[in-house]
Amino acid sequence: MSTVDMRLACKPADYKSDVKPIWCPGCGDYHVLMSFTRAFAELGLPPEEIVVVSGIGCSSRIPAYTNCYGFHGVHGRSLALAAGLKVTRPDLTVVVASGDGDGYSIGGNHFLHACRRNIDMTYVVMDNRVYGMTKGQPSPTTEPDFDTALSPGGTGLRPFHPLVVALASGANFIARCFSGEPNETASILVEAIRHPGFSFVEILSPCVTFRPDEKEWKNLVHPAPVAATGDPAKAARRIMTDDGFNIGILYRGDRRPYQPAVGTTSVDVSELEKDFEL
Amino acid sequence: MLPSQGRCVMAESHSISIAIVGSGGAGALTTGNFLLEAACAAGWQGLITRTVGPQIRGGEAAALVRLATQPVECMPDRFDLLIGIDWLNAHRFGAEIEVGPNSLVISDPRGGDIPPVVAAGGARLVEIPIKDMAKAIDARPNMVALGIAGRLVGLSTEDFSSVIEKRLSEKGQAAIDSSRAGFEAGFNAAAELNLGARLARPTLTSARRWLVSGNEAAALGAIRGGVRFAAAYPITPATEILEWLSPSLVKMGGALLQAEDELAAINMIIGASFGGTPALTATSGPGLSLMIEALGLATAAEIPIVVIDVMRGGPSTGIPTKSEQADLNIAVYGFHGDAPHLVLAPQSVGDCLFTTQWAAYLAEALQVPAIVLSDQFVGQARVAIERPADVAFLGQRARATDIAGVYQRYALAAGGVSPMAIPGTRGGQYTADGLTHTERGIPTSGASDHQAQLDKRRDKLDRFNYGDHWATIEGSGELAVITWGSLTGTVREAIERATQDDVTVRLVAPRLLAPVQPERLAAALDGAKRMLVVEQSHGAQFHRYLRAHYDLPGAVRVLNRPGPLPIRTEEVHRAIMEWRA
Repeated sequence: MSTVDMRLACKPADYKSDVKPIWCPGCGDYHVLMSFTRAFAELGLPPEEIVVVSGIGCSSRIPAYTNCYGFHGVHGRSLALAAGLKVTRPDLTVVVASGDGDGYSIGGNHFLHACRRNIDMTYVVMDNRVYGMTKGQPSPTTEPDFDTALSPGGTGLRPFHPLVVALASGANFIARCFSGEPNETASILVEAIRHPGFSFVEILSPCVTFRPDEKEWKNLVHPAPVAATGDPAKAARRIMTDDGFNIGILYRGDRRPYQPAVGTTSVDVSELEKDFEL
Repeated sequence: MLPSQGRCVMAESHSISIAIVGSGGAGALTTGNFLLEAACAAGWQGLITRTVGPQIRGGEAAALVRLATQPVECMPDRFDLLIGIDWLNAHRFGAEIEVGPNSLVISDPRGGDIPPVVAAGGARLVEIPIKDMAKAIDARPNMVALGIAGRLVGLSTEDFSSVIEKRLSEKGQAAIDSSRAGFEAGFNAAAELNLGARLARPTLTSARRWLVSGNEAAALGAIRGGVRFAAAYPITPATEILEWLSPSLVKMGGALLQAEDELAAINMIIGASFGGTPALTATSGPGLSLMIEALGLATAAEIPIVVIDVMRGGPSTGIPTKSEQADLNIAVYGFHGDAPHLVLAPQSVGDCLFTTQWAAYLAEALQVPAIVLSDQFVGQARVAIERPADVAFLGQRARATDIAGVYQRYALAAGGVSPMAIPGTRGGQYTADGLTHTERGIPTSGASDHQAQLDKRRDKLDRFNYGDHWATIEGSGELAVITWGSLTGTVREAIERATQDDVTVRLVAPRLLAPVQPERLAAALDGAKRMLVVEQSHGAQFHRYLRAHYDLPGAVRVLNRPGPLPIRTEEVHRAIMEWRA
């Protein structure tokens, strides 16, 4: 890559595609897209060396809105797809984008095992506590009394706590962001991408259409009062007891990422036949 | 069988089959494997398959071994020798170990009751106190059984010596000595017995030979075809593919990931392939069911992958340890939407190598998923074969490299295959998508884009020249037997028998099941007036598939049955004889 190209690739606009988002006006995900492009520019990564992988849902539309390689796969399986990609192409920067339905409901099992596997990638979940694309059904993070056509009077179910689950399952970096603060979010994304292993970033991203009450989030969020800890027990206590609007890096672990050595062949294919010879 | 006449010269047979039965953990499968290995090392041909229950210990197990002077690809009609180390639970599969009046059954008097179906076969019965003999010399009963079997088929002590030593070397000298002692006890105990015939001397060949299972052969075929990544979830009867691939891929600079489930496995290989690494998963029916949605994604996003389905009895959990050919429908029709893809079926243990390698090649060439329909029989059978020839099929994907201007990932190129940019390629950035997309890959719900991309994905498969590998076509005659997959060997043997009766029959067995090849099949059946369709499916899925896609000339009969009882050569032969002119 020439020097000129490098400089060009370092502007946020160079990471944005010309595809017009399908998001509603005012959707928090626009700001998340802005945070992505700012973070990529800050990292100075060539766009062709980044892959944004997603599943299904409003938030999962984000790959095509970047100028990176992208994969918009099936519902809930983005982490698995990204794992196969990163293990075979450790040279790439892999960012996975998801939502609360895609990531915590249909993709819940993969979330556990991705944390546990600790492959070097960044998992961004845009949490709006509702299924937006199917018009307003409750998600795993929806409050129990939120009234919808599918669950009149609310689900009565306790919301899922993704950050605690991530910690318990072995995620190596855990942060919470608010989409309305794109600069802060971009800074955290930069740290998440740089941190070795599986980084989990939950971004509170309001759905102005089906959850207009979430416009109030901008008044509820506040910076985490203390710096990130590397002690899982401390992190667990903090995450379990905070008000859910505590913004910042909450845990930074030092587990070694999972990455088999790939690319170096030690034998010729014919060597493998020896197992079978009579 | 002729009664033993003192020391007269014994008749020779070109194929002898032995079943060794014992409850799970008794070592019957080890006995069978040692017997086959010793015979093969001495120049004979043969195969071993197993019939086992779901229990890991304490269930029923039988090793089914066929030894022959020529290569064999299917089990016999019935067993010449049946040795029961014990008969606990053997009634569960009595129907699978048929014996006849000419057979010899050896039973331990302390081994429980002989299953009624075995007793009803009219075989000669000889009692040998296998367990007591073993106990007296501190050996294992299965090695005594090995000695009995070895003597009766006409092998020598020397034939077994090195196999015992090689196989038990890790267990130490004491284990080797004990096994040899057990073997000799059995060998001597069988001195006064005979099978009425012993195995004729083998036709010695200078060819390099392998003793390999279909699962291992498929795994090697995948690597020969260029596969360097696998992800999978353990499942019977496909697990041996994964266990062989795991260390082998590491040697080749690749990797295998054990996924949390089949949903993850299939998506992992899609991710790897998107990144430019040819990738594979192996599973069985329940896993294939879970993978179908993502197979549709790979079809729509044009990502090459290979899925080996080692078929077992279905539906649902079915019979995990036994063979059936009833996943044809899901493999061909399981996807929602119009989703052309490849379905291939190996026709023998050795062909698992070729077909999987070809599948990997075709998947890469056509940027499409390929399903390989193996089954428990070929997957888990170990067979002596000549080393399969090296073939030139190595996956070569059309890649976009020097990209100027706007990259069109799904350009409507001639032939339908559009060059694929791999991440890291400058200017090739695009988003692979399961949504209907434009040539650039941008989501659309427009009618013309949908039509154009559906046409593209259909045409790239339909216009490709698959060559003669698409099917096995042998013989001539007005009667054609049409079969597929692992039954090909059985049908071939039945046709050979019919030929000895001066009945000419042609064999047509498609290896490529999708896309269908109507013109090629019509040519293969040119002049045929009667069809016999042979398949291991209760619902006659293959017959219905043929009816849906092909014009079958003349009258058609179907010989079909579900698993787990194999369709025997004898039954196919009988059907042929009843259906000639």
